[in-house]
Amino acid sequence: MIKFVDITKEYKNGVIALSKVNLSIAKGEFVFLVGPSGAGKSTLIKLLLKEENPTHGRIYLHNTDITKVKNRKIPFIRRNVGVVFQDFRLLPNKTVYENIAFAMEIIGAHPKDIRRNIPMVLSMVNLSKKAYNYPNQLSGGEHQRVAIARAIVNSPPVLIADEPTGNLDPETAWDIMKVLRDINRRGTTVLMATHAKDIVDVMKKRVIEIEKGEIVRDEEKGVYEHEISNT
Amino acid sequence: MSMRFRILKNIIKQGFQGMWRNKGMGLASVTSITAVLVILGLILIMILSLNNVVIDTQAKFDEIQIFLQDDITEEQFKRIEDEVKNRQEVLSAVYQSKEEALETWKEEWGDEGYLLEGLEPNPLPNTLIIKLRDIEYADKVVDSIEGLQGIEEIQYNQDIIDKLVTFANYARAGGLVIVGILLLVSIFIISNTIKLTVTARKREIGIMKYVGATNGYIRGPFIIEGLLFGVIGAIVSILIVNFGYGYLFNILNDRLYVLFTVYLISPTTLIKDISIIFIAIGAGIGALGSLVSLKRFLNV
Repeated sequence: MIKFVDITKEYKNGVIALSKVNLSIAKGEFVFLVGPSGAGKSTLIKLLLKEENPTHGRIYLHNTDITKVKNRKIPFIRRNVGVVFQDFRLLPNKTVYENIAFAMEIIGAHPKDIRRNIPMVLSMVNLSKKAYNYPNQLSGGEHQRVAIARAIVNSPPVLIADEPTGNLDPETAWDIMKVLRDINRRGTTVLMATHAKDIVDVMKKRVIEIEKGEIVRDEEKGVYEHEISNT
Repeated sequence: MSMRFRILKNIIKQGFQGMWRNKGMGLASVTSITAVLVILGLILIMILSLNNVVIDTQAKFDEIQIFLQDDITEEQFKRIEDEVKNRQEVLSAVYQSKEEALETWKEEWGDEGYLLEGLEPNPLPNTLIIKLRDIEYADKVVDSIEGLQGIEEIQYNQDIIDKLVTFANYARAGGLVIVGILLLVSIFIISNTIKLTVTARKREIGIMKYVGATNGYIRGPFIIEGLLFGVIGAIVSILIVNFGYGYLFNILNDRLYVLFTVYLISPTTLIKDISIIFIAIGAGIGALGSLVSLKRFLNV
């Protein structure tokens, strides 16, 4: 599903964010990406979203080498990758329903499909009752659940979550994790960058640790292991 | 409805929404486009009318008018006519009596022709009108007949035509330069207006990109917004030019400045021509202004 071959990313200012990274994630996996701030987690995600291009190496998504994809085609790659951020990124002037519908409208979905899919994803994230609320009427956890619903409404095979629990209290964070686990159980590959030790330790999923741009650990049913002082 | 059509419908809908949301700043854009187009309209009227003058003058001065003395003898006239008709530079030589001249004049003045009724004694001379193959030969021909008896005056004015054509060319060029500058100014104003909306919606654009919106989908509504501002500006300016010019034209006509309005392009002709031109230019400025402002925002 996702494959990094010999990826090196050097930014224009000379910082080497990733160095000779090789990585392979199979369909349906749930993977934690851990490591200190500035280790290269964000760069890795940016490469997957084609926000940045690698200096060297190839990235395969769905058997397509996305490093060779033309800029014009980037949107079509992103439609295969749902993404959730720490800061939610909802549109404040749109209701929950509209925020999600928006993601379907841009790909020209049929109104009938929109009316059918949105209640479905809202019930998946347990937000059916808040469909017509505006973001400022929601709690942090609810924000993130809307963001997740928006990310999966077009059924992308891959869901990327960049510190999705970073702004949430532990209890709410667990609600989010349950949602992500459910999504993963339905067959979506989930890649989650996180600093949340307790979550990683309890979930017992594959853990890939990056440090100074290199993969230092990749283990099945891993734990967080390293104590991070500065999150 | 196909997928593409739904996407297009969304883009257009968002364009209209954007215009409505942005109506305050939009007013500035509309006003600037209106101003530019009104000025363009004035310049167009000037150029077209000037063209009329040039064409008319050229037609008139394309000939040599030999004004004959009232007491010219048959013999004298024959002498002049022979001299002229034998020259190969001359296409034709037509005699026009003073009565005919007055009739022609009346016809040219049209509805106001009655003003010339009862002009007694007829002040116009009998004339021999000579058409040349080219106005260039005028000097040669005039030389050959000058000094013949029975001629009151010979009128031919290549200088006037040359000067007029030169003036018309300068006026045209000047007008176009002014219009060009104003067009750039309004593109700049539109692009700034759109830039404000784009900046205000930067977050939304970012999210759109993450969920896989194409550049066209992101750009589309802004271009339509700019286009709408342009078209509204065009419509307002068409109304202003149409009614303003129509009003002015009528006043001039009513006050009997017929000599003047004969050359002015008629308001009904004008409206047909400028409507299409203005809408096209307005829409063009609007769309172009948006494109300019969007260029930076498309790279992620």
